[in-house]
Amino acid sequence: MAKQIKVSLIGNPNTGKTSVFNLLTGLNQQVGNYPGITVEKKEGVCKLPRGVKAHILDLPGTYSLNASSLDENVVVEILLNSKDKDYPDVAVVVSDIENLKRNLLLFTQIKDLGIPTILAINMADRMQRRGISLDIPLLESQLHTKIALISARKNQGIDLLKELIYDYKKLSVTPCVDALSFAPEYFDRLKKVFPTQSIYKLWLVITQDVNFRKVDKKIADIKPDFELKSDSELKRYQQKETIKRYQFINKALDEGMQVDQSAATGLRERLDRVLTHKVWGYVIFFAILLVIFQAIYDWASYPMDWIDEGFAWLSETVKQVLPAGPFVDLITDGIIPGLGGVVIFIPQIAFLFFFISILEESGYMSRVVFLMDRVMRRFGLSGKSVVPLISGTACAIPAVMATRNIESWKERLITILVVPFTTCSARLPVYLIIIALVIPDKTLGGIFGYQSLVLMALYFLGFITAVGAAWILHKLLKMPNKTYFVIEMPGYKMPLFKNVAINVFEKTKSFIVDAGKIILAISIILWALASFGPTDQFTDAEEIVAQANPELSGEALDQKIASHKLEYSFIGYAGKAIAPIVAPLGYDWKIGIGVITSFAAREVFVGTLATIYSVGSDEEETIKNRMAAEINPTTGAPLFNFATGISLLLFYAFAMQCVSTLAIVKRETNGWKWPIIQLVSMSVLAYVAALIAYQLL
Amino acid sequence: MKTTIADLKLGERACIKEITSDAIPLKLLEMGCLPGNEVQLLQTAPFQCPMYLRINGSHLAIRKEIAAQIEVQRI
Repeated sequence: MAKQIKVSLIGNPNTGKTSVFNLLTGLNQQVGNYPGITVEKKEGVCKLPRGVKAHILDLPGTYSLNASSLDENVVVEILLNSKDKDYPDVAVVVSDIENLKRNLLLFTQIKDLGIPTILAINMADRMQRRGISLDIPLLESQLHTKIALISARKNQGIDLLKELIYDYKKLSVTPCVDALSFAPEYFDRLKKVFPTQSIYKLWLVITQDVNFRKVDKKIADIKPDFELKSDSELKRYQQKETIKRYQFINKALDEGMQVDQSAATGLRERLDRVLTHKVWGYVIFFAILLVIFQAIYDWASYPMDWIDEGFAWLSETVKQVLPAGPFVDLITDGIIPGLGGVVIFIPQIAFLFFFISILEESGYMSRVVFLMDRVMRRFGLSGKSVVPLISGTACAIPAVMATRNIESWKERLITILVVPFTTCSARLPVYLIIIALVIPDKTLGGIFGYQSLVLMALYFLGFITAVGAAWILHKLLKMPNKTYFVIEMPGYKMPLFKNVAINVFEKTKSFIVDAGKIILAISIILWALASFGPTDQFTDAEEIVAQANPELSGEALDQKIASHKLEYSFIGYAGKAIAPIVAPLGYDWKIGIGVITSFAAREVFVGTLATIYSVGSDEEETIKNRMAAEINPTTGAPLFNFATGISLLLFYAFAMQCVSTLAIVKRETNGWKWPIIQLVSMSVLAYVAALIAYQLL
Repeated sequence: MKTTIADLKLGERACIKEITSDAIPLKLLEMGCLPGNEVQLLQTAPFQCPMYLRINGSHLAIRKEIAAQIEVQRI
């Protein structure tokens, strides 16, 4: 196989870099993580002319090579280390026409690294509307590069870009600006010690606080000799460098770009006047939230019902078709109900990611950050915490990762700690099934169903708890809080269907795969624990039950045997061991097992109960009917009564039951301290709340 | 008294004078907040914070404390 050309896409956020990536690679892409960190890594293969292929890496969006977040560190680390397997043969800097000046700052930095660089100017379709015209040949000679004018939206210019990538060996590798001429003494000394290296590269090694172990050893040792005296000196140097770069860019664009201000249309101004308005801005934001929640509950409930019934049918069919035996039992009672518990999430997760990606793609999310910053600050959060708190309603894992652009560590830490209180989609199936069991299916005044009102209340509760916990943490945590906060307000764009669809597909897929693995493993273990027992009471259950209940026969006898077996299985013993702990909350040992296994992942609860209840039952019913039929052995009343239900709802609302989230929090906070605090405090709160609720009701 | 971005009224334009404070993040400079560039206040959230600005053709929002450290000259 011929060698693939390695291409890195680099660019500011909001330049349509992802659209360019999607156009180059189509669906030939995969999303993973960089080794050891949770930064999303997107790569794909692109077909170039004449049968050549290119491997495209979509680097995280960054404003400059002066990294200030994990995502940006990744970019710097890859571009500095020519031995890295992702080090590009050619860099494509994606910029957008309306922010060309700012985008070129990053471009001049990349050029200084000596990597062959193409400048892709995106959103060229807006040039006319914006009254912009470019002198491409002039800009190409000023910037020592080749320029591809493209429109990812209209699918224009991509072929030219591919040609330029194909011809990358013809690109110039000389820098276009001498940005480090502001302190000649210092940099001359550097040049003398490392005559063969790019000075800018050395400068980055000195100034950037990233992991350079992988970089050439000789360079990595320069720090002690060339360390700057103080932070403020370092800062002044970086300021001067930035000013130098802008002086060059301004000069180049003065000659190469003409803007006819009168042609500019004021879509941004008109929309902003409403969407960031002091009153209407908030009204519209809450209206949008309402629509999203409506979609998640109402619209998603139809496909969810089909999936639920489909899995019950599948299980039943497999049972009839395959010969009976422990292996078939494992499939029908362990794996299928367990998997059903994951697949049922797909509609809701997809809806949520759909809306979130539309809000982000359109540029509206930045307006929400702007509107909410002041309010959130009162609780020790940042306007940028709103995005994690909203994504938290899909899943806490991407939400914790979405906190990375919060500049203040204190605000970021608080956001990470409280995000798991928001009602994530894993709580939904638990909520839905319990609400269906204990809340009457009636309407209030003929409009609002009690059930959906309770669901709304639970979401509200999650949000209020998150904000309240943030306020407490804000008061408790003593750490310096630098409040700098910069957010770009991008222009409004119509979301591209292709980008939204790919995003929804990828996010949903990775959720299903990750959650699926845990749930599958747990359902198999549970099934085994419920299907075997340590004593004669389990192995000889048939005889023991028949002797004790001579009057029973047929189905009644079978059921008695089944519950006897379950009671003396491994899981039965485990359940009885924890029964005293959960009894004050109103749970029997089966619910107790469900709650304990949920600490791996909440959605396991429904699957666990499905597994426990369907072991031994002949008829396949939906899990809800099975739970409704469960009788409390001491009172003879239905086990899932109002008090137990509310107690369970509160427990799930507060408890930190998600191993994956804890793992992410550990990674993002660099240690076990915060995830452990999170686990303990949230679980204690959950227990106390559930206890109070059950005892009062 | 010094005039800063925090003193601007809605729609008002000004020219950035000097960036002296270390409290101004590099990121802001990289987005175009440099001496000589023009800044316009487009919108503020309730209580004047954050402030939505156009600086050097870029649109961005910053908090009032930072805005109060950037000295400007009204145009």
